[in-house]
Amino acid sequence: MSGFAKPWLWAWIAAGAAFAATLGLTAGRGAGELAYAAMSFGAFAAIVGMGQMLVITLGPGNVDLSIPACMTLAGTLALKVMGSDPGTAWLGLAVALATGLGVGLANFALIWLLRLPPIIATLAASLIYQSLAIWSNRGLRIKPPEGLADFATGRMLGVPNVAWVALLLALATWVMLERSVWGRWLLASGQNLRAARLAGVPVQAVRAATYVAVAVFAALAGYLLASFSGGAALNMGAEYLLMSIAVVVIGGSSIAGGNSNVPGVLGAALFMFLVVSMLNSYGAGAGVKSVLTGAIIIAIVIAASARRSRP
Amino acid sequence: MLSKYRILLPVVSLAVLLALTFWMQPRAMSYFGLNLLFNLAVPIALATIAQMLIIMVNDIDLSLGAFVSLVACVTATYLNDTPALGLLILVALVLGYAAMGAVIHVLDLPAIVVTLGMSFVWGGLALFILPTPGGAAPGWLRAVMTVKPPLMPMAVVAAIVIAAVTHLLVIRSGIGTVLRGVGGNARSIARAGWNVAQLKALAYGLAGLFGVLAGMALVGLTTSADANIALRYTLLSIAGVILGGGEFIGGKVSPVGAVIGALTLTLAASFLSFLRLSPDWQIGAQGAILILVLTARLLFSRRGAAA
Repeated sequence: MSGFAKPWLWAWIAAGAAFAATLGLTAGRGAGELAYAAMSFGAFAAIVGMGQMLVITLGPGNVDLSIPACMTLAGTLALKVMGSDPGTAWLGLAVALATGLGVGLANFALIWLLRLPPIIATLAASLIYQSLAIWSNRGLRIKPPEGLADFATGRMLGVPNVAWVALLLALATWVMLERSVWGRWLLASGQNLRAARLAGVPVQAVRAATYVAVAVFAALAGYLLASFSGGAALNMGAEYLLMSIAVVVIGGSSIAGGNSNVPGVLGAALFMFLVVSMLNSYGAGAGVKSVLTGAIIIAIVIAASARRSRP
Repeated sequence: MLSKYRILLPVVSLAVLLALTFWMQPRAMSYFGLNLLFNLAVPIALATIAQMLIIMVNDIDLSLGAFVSLVACVTATYLNDTPALGLLILVALVLGYAAMGAVIHVLDLPAIVVTLGMSFVWGGLALFILPTPGGAAPGWLRAVMTVKPPLMPMAVVAAIVIAAVTHLLVIRSGIGTVLRGVGGNARSIARAGWNVAQLKALAYGLAGLFGVLAGMALVGLTTSADANIALRYTLLSIAGVILGGGEFIGGKVSPVGAVIGALTLTLAASFLSFLRLSPDWQIGAQGAILILVLTARLLFSRRGAAA
């Protein structure tokens, strides 16, 4: 079924066009640097975007608004535990992932036990995570251990390490979605929750695992971002709320759920960085940049829907 | 049967919170105190009504905060300096909202994504108009927002007027019933001979109008504007609608509840500052109050607990 329709192609074409348009201005100079920067910054958007994609796949009304707070909390706690001591990178990673696990379980508990709509549950809970981050951080800026900072900003085979992490995660997510029973269950739940339950899919377990997965992805992104940028800041996750939703939709996943698209998220994450740097290199001011970004997002959604509705 | 009790929960939660506030700080129980407590509730209530009108037709608006910020910037600059041009821009913004609703329906686009994109557009325009915080509120607007009516403070009077007008519009009037029908079952409304694209445009246009009123009210209170002044209204307004007993699907909304929900959210912030809570926990405590109030919904909605 997915053989003919390739919704992910759009995101990659758009990313390529933005890349070409930027280089058109410099007559091809700086192509390597631009691609490298796009892969570095795109990696964070891709990681949180894949998490958001899994949640959105669960069906209408499912979305995680606590991603920024989870990133901040995980980054803050991990750096606090590591305290810049060398050799503590794995300990920090464990703390970050455990934070993600806790956040995911807490979110799902609110959704399942209190039957809150996910939008409201994750929104209200994110305020609490934000407070926890403020309380544990106390305005201190702790540097990541040196080895970890080197890893986060380093490269392998000319590709940034963070991009390798995003790529491995994408591969795992794709295999899980397309080749495992769990992925089939997730898609089935997103297409019709009632039918899935009647067919014997453990829908609540699937939902729980998905909300944990998105929080763990966000926590990993927060840990890497804090190491990448030399410390955790309280607003470090802020831009990833809209970003995570935007890359899912530009990537060609259906916002109505039941359909997800891993390669599209990667292309969209590159695109979101490239479009901003394209506008930057054309000397657009902050206002113009924002207006054009919004217009491009809407244009892509319209183009994707026109293509989809063609018989 | 369920809808009869829909309004009960918001009323009870506001009453409890108000009682707690008065118990903590008896001096708040006065004309002046009430005005201070609820002053900032007027723009939030108007924004919540705007969000409610979108949720009423089964959509959600992630651009509302950016839109209210843009209106605030227009009000503090063009509407103050050249009122005719300012008015023209505001009318164009309302029409823009209506067009957005029509496009979302005709092209069958997901509202959450289109409004997400529009939030960048509104935010960019606001930055374009007012790159640095500034501007000034028109004198008449300032006068309206700081008027001191007898008996009840301005904020309370305004909340009652907003609730009454929108109740008449959405619940009592014929067109309001049809609009709620779009959220309930758009296909049957279309079969009954209505043009759903026009109805959606109307719902979005009305939301734009209330968004404009929210931005103007906000500038009337703050006397100046900046491009990020109301970004938090997006999430506040969604929370207000749900606190007020609204639901995300099915056209089940309550304008009176939405206004009360907005008042409750504003009061929660004041209440926490009376508690002398450490500033670290202020935001978290707001989240906890939100969860607590919504948990009470369980008592009312056992029946619909299938999902």
